[in-house]
Amino acid sequence: MADEPKSGDKTRDPRSGGPQSALGEAAPEPAAAPKPKPKPKPKAPPEAPKGPADQPPADDQERPAYFGGFEKALPGAMEQVSYWVGDWTIIVPAAALLEVATYLKGSDDGSFDYCSDITATDWPPREKRFDVVYCLYSTRRRHRLRLKVKLGEGESIPSVTSVWPAANWLEREVWDMFGVNFSGHPDLRRILMPDDWQGHPQRKDYPLEGPGEFLLESPMEWLRLRNLPDEAEIE
Amino acid sequence: MATEASPIFDTDELVINMGPQHPSTHGVLRIVLKLDGERVIDADVVIGYIHRGIEKLSENRDWTQIILLTDRMDYVAAATNNLGYCETVEKLMEIEVPRRARYIRTVLAELQRIASHCLWLGTHAMDIGAMTVFLYAFRERELILDLFEDYCGARLTYNSMRIGGLPLDIPTGWDNKVRAFCDLMESKIPEYEELLTNNRIWLERTRGVGVISGEDAVGLGLCGPPLRGSGVYRDVRKDEPYAAYDEFEFDVPLGTNGDTYDRYLIRLEEFKQSIRIIRQGLDGMPEGPVMGKVPRLIKPKAGETYHAIESPKGELGYFIVSDGRATNPYRFRVRPPSFCNLQGLRPLIVGHLVADVVTLIGTIDVVLGEVDR
Repeated sequence: MADEPKSGDKTRDPRSGGPQSALGEAAPEPAAAPKPKPKPKPKAPPEAPKGPADQPPADDQERPAYFGGFEKALPGAMEQVSYWVGDWTIIVPAAALLEVATYLKGSDDGSFDYCSDITATDWPPREKRFDVVYCLYSTRRRHRLRLKVKLGEGESIPSVTSVWPAANWLEREVWDMFGVNFSGHPDLRRILMPDDWQGHPQRKDYPLEGPGEFLLESPMEWLRLRNLPDEAEIE
Repeated sequence: MATEASPIFDTDELVINMGPQHPSTHGVLRIVLKLDGERVIDADVVIGYIHRGIEKLSENRDWTQIILLTDRMDYVAAATNNLGYCETVEKLMEIEVPRRARYIRTVLAELQRIASHCLWLGTHAMDIGAMTVFLYAFRERELILDLFEDYCGARLTYNSMRIGGLPLDIPTGWDNKVRAFCDLMESKIPEYEELLTNNRIWLERTRGVGVISGEDAVGLGLCGPPLRGSGVYRDVRKDEPYAAYDEFEFDVPLGTNGDTYDRYLIRLEEFKQSIRIIRQGLDGMPEGPVMGKVPRLIKPKAGETYHAIESPKGELGYFIVSDGRATNPYRFRVRPPSFCNLQGLRPLIVGHLVADVVTLIGTIDVVLGEVDR
């Protein structure tokens, strides 16, 4: 790639791919000057969503049998309960996660011995921006439950690999994609992205187009440029 | 054997790479093996070579455009991927799917299961050295691809389902072709069995290889045939029925020893059960529309859901979050069965010979397109 234009050249920036930049820098300057003013107010995007709906269950909705035992065994662990299109979700504090997981796996009427999935959702405007979601299943009782933990940037969450060995790779993927730190994980490495990757691609502030060639050299710089307001970018 | 290290043969451990370009790794899987002679003492499974960011892409596409992306995950079983995604969105939006559409979906999903198991059988047997089975199995798989081509025009990436139903009704005469195929397939299964089931080499290579107990398999999150091979009764079609499976009769084969041979027997039995389901589906096919009432603009209310189906590889789950105002999902997550099964590879191969590693990659039936997404 010796003959490529110097990196940082705006034409190579995949985001500035508008017609003016594609034709080179000289043309748009004079054209832009006589243009009437009203263009500014850069398309104020709608405010980013602040979090999932987490609808509470209807009053007449019958609760699963194991809820009673759960509340008795771990009072206060059930921060919030949500029910939507047939799925139950319990929101628990990060500090209590390991206790909750151990209880749910061991309890007779819950018996959640199978960890289907672990994933996360990113809600940047929120103070605790991540929801870490655990989809549990019981091969004996044949029912499902979702656990949800809210987590801020830089906080860590106890790993549940000791309870469900299946969590090993699933937590590695959440770390790789979201940068959620799992404390006590036996082998917390990137799993899908290369080991030397910078950034965590599934975060909402990570660009969809990913790092182009310029970005590969200096992704953090690229991200800074990209987040500048439009005028500064033309500069 | 002398306790003193031999001056000629050093006894160091050897670390070698298997893959990513290795014919038996079914794609771009890399396994770092630590060997003591021929025996594996530790292994590290490295994935991610064809990570295409399908989850991230999907979060920036229309709800309907995503169906096409799901084709590209498990590319040998595209129809079940479509089915899982469409069902999840239907669950989120509480859309009623017409009964005829649910029947056709079930038939397509079971045809897909046979095709995927054919591919598995052929490649798995070839890894172990039985070349003939590969040719036989691909011969039958070809017929299924023809059936799919008749139905939707594509042979591999079908894009064959829509949110709320199906894009097309089945063409005239298609059901008779499928019936003819079922009869043919039934007559071919004994051929596979004749070649393998009592074959002494096959028995030596598969019996007692890669044994995993039911409890360990559940803990490791294995799903599909590897889980049932260890005797755990777990089939999403029975436990959490979707499409039209609650209206059909079929059995869930279970293994007893949890070894490679049992997993082989289970998949062979699943051929027969799939044929049974397809026949019931064709015989009881109701009349009616194939597309339900779907809003023109698909835009689920804010909420989230997880829905799983039984793909040929195991439990294929989708976790989808809608923020209620965009025409794309806020979060789109796939729980790929191959990913979770592949996690069980390391405990399976440690202690076995290098030649068995090839067997064990085959037995868990991975498709790397789905592992890496």
